Amino acid sequence: MSKKILELKNISKIYGNLKALADINLSVNAGDWLSIMGPSGSGKTTMINIIGCMDTPSTGSVILDGVDISRENAASLTRIRRDKIGLIFQQFHLISYLTAVENVMVAQYYHSMPDEDEAMEALAKVGLSDRAHHLPAQLSGGEQQRVCIARALINSPQILLGDEPTGNLDEENEGIVVDIFRRLHDEGVTIIIVTHDPEVGDVAQRKIILEHGRVVGDIDQSATFGEALKLRGSHV
Amino acid sequence: MIVLPRGEAKITRETLGKLRALIGENKIVGMAPYRYQTVKINEQPYIIAGTDLSEAEKNSPFWYIEGEWANSRDTSQVMVGHEIAQTLGLKLGDSFMVQGVKYGQQAEASRQDLSAEENQKRDLARQNFHKNFSVKGIVSTGGAEEGFIFADADMLNELIGDTFRADVIECSIVADAGELAELSARIESEMPELQPRAVRRLTQSQDIVLGKLQALVFLVTVVVLIITMISVYTTMTAMVAERRKEIALKKALGAENKLVMSELLGEGALLGLIGGTLGVFLGFEFALRVSLNVFGRGINFQWSLLPVTIIVFVVITIAASIIPVRKVMDIHPAIVLKGE
Repeated sequence: MSKKILELKNISKIYGNLKALADINLSVNAGDWLSIMGPSGSGKTTMINIIGCMDTPSTGSVILDGVDISRENAASLTRIRRDKIGLIFQQFHLISYLTAVENVMVAQYYHSMPDEDEAMEALAKVGLSDRAHHLPAQLSGGEQQRVCIARALINSPQILLGDEPTGNLDEENEGIVVDIFRRLHDEGVTIIIVTHDPEVGDVAQRKIILEHGRVVGDIDQSATFGEALKLRGSHV
Repeated sequence: MIVLPRGEAKITRETLGKLRALIGENKIVGMAPYRYQTVKINEQPYIIAGTDLSEAEKNSPFWYIEGEWANSRDTSQVMVGHEIAQTLGLKLGDSFMVQGVKYGQQAEASRQDLSAEENQKRDLARQNFHKNFSVKGIVSTGGAEEGFIFADADMLNELIGDTFRADVIECSIVADAGELAELSARIESEMPELQPRAVRRLTQSQDIVLGKLQALVFLVTVVVLIITMISVYTTMTAMVAERRKEIALKKALGAENKLVMSELLGEGALLGLIGGTLGVFLGFEFALRVSLNVFGRGINFQWSLLPVTIIVFVVITIAASIIPVRKVMDIHPAIVLKGE
């Protein structure tokens, strides 16, 4: 049986009178590929921020790799994020004056030591060896997202966390990125992505549906998001 | 400083050279020897001051000259004091003749029973000199200088048939009152044939002016530093705001606040270093021009001030950057990078 890499125990996040997350319980095993779907305001981003160590829950515990991180301070969360989480953003967030390989090396710099050969290997993994010395402005959206994935992978994180990773991509590039996720999953990388796109979500091994801050569906690969949502009468 | 010969002797060229070496070239602004010679113009006595005109100009850049300074290239052109110009009705470009007794000859008084023209002819018939000069400049100082004619010393020596002999040397020296007194003592002990006299009133008032100037420059420096701090503060605030996403990304990638802040402070320090270095050289160029235009002399580059100025600039830049850079702590990656 795979090791439990992440466990959310009775997680709630409260902003004033608003309960963004209500009593969430979730566990993720190492090597799992999890998609989180839900309508706007369902708490997806709050949940991914908590998993990604960019926010803390109001109540409950977050156990990451066996350690409860829910009461850690900001500096400690930064260190945990640096060592254990790889982030993929919808808007890529590459540094405009650095080349693709330099953008990857930025993540190495804050983690340990920049190593261009390793950064080139990471770019090769996402099929961008030949574009390594181009600036973000010289890359297409799909290529920028692949640089973002290479940057997320460079420090061998325990969880690859994507917030709408295909949200800004056309169909062709979406396919390329999903193929990369599939390959990474085959290599044993734990992937958690938030998506609005059922086609992207359905490729995952496990799907979570959030509504009003609660998990209302936890389905495996045998069912699709479409089917699950139809059963609940909701839509994303 | 005024240097006079002790006793009846006059100052020779050798003594002048020795005095120059004793004071030191780097301290001398101007050193003008003066020879005063009585001459006649229209049978009236006047004094012609033979001097090194270029050195006299360095000593007295504050004289008001109508026209131009005379020079040693055209020795037929002289400067006349305002008082003489008024008495003789001389204007710029006018010519006049001076007569006098050659060195070593006895002067004879004009005879009362002869007319001015007849006395002039009588003088010319003797072993006397005469020469026509034209007015190149009219000197107004409000002082005794207005009663002199200023001409080239070598020309005057030749005219009167004598070698170089100066009655007085006027020196302009870079020194405060204390240094001037010390220098006077040294001249008196090493060159007993000379009597140095510091122009105390002038040096004291110079000290007061310099003191006030220094206070003013200090005040201006403080104001400039405050303005620099405000400018760096606003620039760094704008920079942190503009690079909010980049900072948020770095934090999301695992950069701690301290590291991001030190990066930004490092950038600020580097800019301070470049700005300080440029400022030193541009400031020197500006000060040099001011000094040349206002005081008529150059200034030396103080290399020892270079590191001090740069360090002050870097420290000021870092100090002014601290508050804006601390805003890094308020940047939350989850909020800034939210991909909506």
